[in-house]
Amino acid sequence: MIELKHTPLHQIHVEAGARMVGFGGWSMPVAYQSQIEEHNAVRSFAGMFDVSHMTIVDVSGNRVEEYLRWLLANDVAKLKASKNGVCKALYTCMLNDNGGILDDLVVYRLNEGLFRLIVNAATREKDLAWLSDCASRYSVKLVERVELAMVAVQGPQARTVVGTLLSDDVSLEVLAPFTARRVNEWLVARTGYTGEDGVEILLPAGQVSALWEDLLEQGVVACGLGARDTLRLEAGLNLYGLDMDESITPLECGLEWTVSFGEDRAFIGRDALEERRRIGVALKQVGLILEGRGVLRAGFAVKTRVGDGTVTSGTFSPTLARSIALARVPTAAVQGPCEVFIRGRSIPVRCVKPPFVRNGEIKVELETEPMIEENVR
Amino acid sequence: MSKIPNELRYTKDHEWVRENDDGTLLIGITDHAQHSLGDLVFVELPEVKDTVVSGDACAVVESVKAASDVYCPLGGIVSEVNTALVDAPELVNSDPYGEGWLFRLRPDSPTELEELLANEDYASFIAELDD
Repeated sequence: MIELKHTPLHQIHVEAGARMVGFGGWSMPVAYQSQIEEHNAVRSFAGMFDVSHMTIVDVSGNRVEEYLRWLLANDVAKLKASKNGVCKALYTCMLNDNGGILDDLVVYRLNEGLFRLIVNAATREKDLAWLSDCASRYSVKLVERVELAMVAVQGPQARTVVGTLLSDDVSLEVLAPFTARRVNEWLVARTGYTGEDGVEILLPAGQVSALWEDLLEQGVVACGLGARDTLRLEAGLNLYGLDMDESITPLECGLEWTVSFGEDRAFIGRDALEERRRIGVALKQVGLILEGRGVLRAGFAVKTRVGDGTVTSGTFSPTLARSIALARVPTAAVQGPCEVFIRGRSIPVRCVKPPFVRNGEIKVELETEPMIEENVR
Repeated sequence: MSKIPNELRYTKDHEWVRENDDGTLLIGITDHAQHSLGDLVFVELPEVKDTVVSGDACAVVESVKAASDVYCPLGGIVSEVNTALVDAPELVNSDPYGEGWLFRLRPDSPTELEELLANEDYASFIAELDD
């Protein structure tokens, strides 16, 4: 068995009694106490996640913009160089020649000739090799920032709490969504993976334990990967490896909006995507709500009147108190009735447009309870 | 550290069995099992009067993370199920040996109970799993 890597917070997780699991080659906390309570803390106040397992790569050089415009499906030309220490972030897919998704990532433009990419831990080797293969003709420099740790603080109070830990002249109140600012050696970004407001902080590994302890003292709840998964699913955010992979293009997994087809920019995968758009996309991503008891799981078949679809990831939604999922179904199926089989029993599911929850609010219709009708009368 | 009460019997599938004075047996899942599964959100119980055979998958406990079968530790007839779990599956997490019991069984042959693990045997079994 391969030895799992430890983040700089590993000892703190173990001492807190977290249940540790292997994830993308790292030993990570899945939950400290109750995963549902951790989830609810993020929706109602603030929770924090150790995401130091993510791979951070800095890319620099005179032709770096040209390189990333070729490499990534979204267009980094949208990111203007940083102003007053504030820089912009962009969510994008990195595609292969067939339009299949190699990974999804966030790009920051730290300054004119320097970008920072945050890619998934499980795809690290593949991504680094791809980045480096594509880099040769642009003579850009790739540096993996292994000495940095990363903590996500998420929830309606997250920015306020993190603000109290920063010096007085640094305000997070004015930090716009999907921007980041440098605070000494830290990069504080208003990004996340939960559907709530909040920040992600990239900082030197040696400083992360103190930050974690300070946040705990402020009442921020330590959350594991379990809560991270239920939160991102409620927010309708894809997980690489489940909701998308190299055999799936952004057109089939709800990420067409992240692909920038503008102004004749050539990028890897573009021809394949255009061809697919021309012949028509057979499958599309939908959200599912289970209208019965049980929990939707990845791999379940979704029966529709025009053929089968598949649940790509499913869970129990603590906010909706029922099971939800992301699924790929035949494009024509979206309007009709659908069902799944759980332990041999047919249970209806309803197709909805994700997200299920955003900023603490339920964004989908739940079936009307008969009791409500009586109250109205 | 998992709680493993002295007076109960255990299986390698992480069920526990409590012997009552009236000859019936209460069955549930262990503290170790509930901890590994995490927050339970759904419990599927057998029907009262069901005849069950030792080793049968007779109930399902489903957490946010995964669904897991519960295997019947002994054969017999189900005489009662814990209906409180329908609306409060989290009782299995908070009180696995008490309010989180799953079902009551009238065993075919109570001597089968002797074949189940005593608390110290179950303790060493899960200690090996954790290694």
